[in-house]
Amino acid sequence: MLAKYPVNLFIQNPVSKELPSKKEYVGKLGYSYRRKIHERFIESILFLSALLSVVIMLAIIMMLVKESVVFFKHVSIWEFLTDTQWTPLFDDAHYGILPLVAGTVVSSAVALLVALPLGTIIAIYLSEFAPFAVREIAKPFLELLGGIPTVVYGYFALLFVTPLLQLIFPELPGFSLLSAGLVMGIMIIPYVSSMTEDAMRAVPMQLREGSYAMGATRFQTALRVVTPAAFSGIAAAYILGISRAVGETMVVAIAAGMQPNLTWNPMEPAATITAYIVQVSLGDLPHGSVGYQTIFAAGLTLLLITLIFNIIGHQLRKRYREIY
Amino acid sequence: MKFIKNKSGLLERTKSANELDDLRKKISNHKRWDLLFMITGIIALMIAILTFIALFAQMLIDGLPRLSWDFFTSFPSRRPESAGILSAWVGTTLVMLVTAVSAVPLGVGAGVYLEEYAPKNLFTEIIEINVTNLAGVPSIIYGLLALGLFVYQLGFGQSILAAGMALALLILPVVIVATREAIRSIPIAIREGAYALGATKWQTVSDHLLPYSSAGILTGIIIGLARAIGETAPIITIGALTFIAFLPPSPVTNEFPFISFEWLTAPFTVMPIQMFNWVSRPEEAFQLNAAAAGLVLVVMTLTMNGLAIYLRYRMRKNIKW
Repeated sequence: MLAKYPVNLFIQNPVSKELPSKKEYVGKLGYSYRRKIHERFIESILFLSALLSVVIMLAIIMMLVKESVVFFKHVSIWEFLTDTQWTPLFDDAHYGILPLVAGTVVSSAVALLVALPLGTIIAIYLSEFAPFAVREIAKPFLELLGGIPTVVYGYFALLFVTPLLQLIFPELPGFSLLSAGLVMGIMIIPYVSSMTEDAMRAVPMQLREGSYAMGATRFQTALRVVTPAAFSGIAAAYILGISRAVGETMVVAIAAGMQPNLTWNPMEPAATITAYIVQVSLGDLPHGSVGYQTIFAAGLTLLLITLIFNIIGHQLRKRYREIY
Repeated sequence: MKFIKNKSGLLERTKSANELDDLRKKISNHKRWDLLFMITGIIALMIAILTFIALFAQMLIDGLPRLSWDFFTSFPSRRPESAGILSAWVGTTLVMLVTAVSAVPLGVGAGVYLEEYAPKNLFTEIIEINVTNLAGVPSIIYGLLALGLFVYQLGFGQSILAAGMALALLILPVVIVATREAIRSIPIAIREGAYALGATKWQTVSDHLLPYSSAGILTGIIIGLARAIGETAPIITIGALTFIAFLPPSPVTNEFPFISFEWLTAPFTVMPIQMFNWVSRPEEAFQLNAAAAGLVLVVMTLTMNGLAIYLRYRMRKNIKW
């Protein structure tokens, strides 16, 4: 057993005072070029797979910009930003992104009005109030809720929530931003609540104990001590919720109708940026036509909106991060 | 509490006792807010849970009568009562195969690199920020990337390969983050022990870190795949057909070499697209089909997510470093 190891070479050869030749003593533990190269090879493969994420991001940006540049040769940026009609597939084509942006903003606003308050309340409740058993059951349950496919939520919005809302508002049309937004809000709750709760649980216990010792109640502690201390995490959760709402596709494509409509009224049907991309993709547009390029221009707008929110979130996190 | 001199002790005590009473009253007043908030919290939780129950119940009521053996073994059809999801679930299975095969090695490799190999420099930081940003990119944007890059530039066409790779890009951040977290939770002593015995970095990673973190990584992969199964937008964007009444060529053939990769380039449909197609039809009978397809889809994703939650729960219980 021992003879396997180069250390033994010295003992086996006690008569000659010479050291073993280099060949003998470069054994399993010695310096080996082969092994070094092997290690380097593996490291570079791993590095390449990590690099891939950067490549994907660059590819996304390049692809969107490349097609959009061709698009903006046909349509001026001024028209794109100020025209109030979006009818690229009609004979009388107008290329104003405003109606799509309005649809996106309204549906996201409805969704966030549901998701942010409810998500925050659930997070505060689970993190500061709920008994252990409730938390252990509710957390996986919320996680499951977040795992349901969005197309199923779309079905639910169209065939359950819209008829239900029509009982309250009889004039509500079959497609509306309101019902799509409400369901989207419910859909986003798990994301907001789980990230917010994680942030609140990361606040050290001493802060709470200090607050209790001063005679504060649980609610006061949660509101005035834990929430400010977890602010950066909560902000990150909100930002994630916003970019989810802005980028959500299937719910709005199914339940809000796909007609571009410049409106700020959630009771009307309208198309969002994402719904428009779906609508075009469902048809049969030839590669290279202006219609084909419009979806890339719309996609670029969407990406810019979400990137802006991501950057704001990153800044907020950096600025308000508390290190314990 | 104030102490006033030149007064008898008795008076002093009653005064402070009064103050104490005031304080108690104040606290119990505040505690009423506690109760109020508890109730609000439970109501908020109930709204989320009731929505889930309503969603599930609606689909069960509409979809369950349609679920039969025939539903799984027939192709979509113009007649709603004889339509099925055969091509959809076969397509989903094959697309998931491509997604898993491409996302798992890349994601785990990137996670291992970032956690074990990466030097602390600007470039590593860029990669890290980038992974976070990728997770925030809307899924439909991945569809546009796949449409431009895979479908047209690389010439994959509207195929299973293009769809599988689009979804792989989509779940890559999920796998990377899960791998990193699983590896990070292994104590440093394990690494030091391996190095002390002369192991190289890769030996340490492949013999110790990866096996010990496998449950955590597996959880991440399952969650990622569960998300990919339900993704509709990117696949619509690359232009998957909704009406497919045939199956892709079989991966196993009778002749040598017995394995064929023709299916990779075949047109296809997947479960969520089939469901979307049925939802957007005006006839009510098709919407019952949509409910049935949705039920199958939800059961699939819930099973996968449930498995992931169970794995994580067991892991937390079993591992004690």
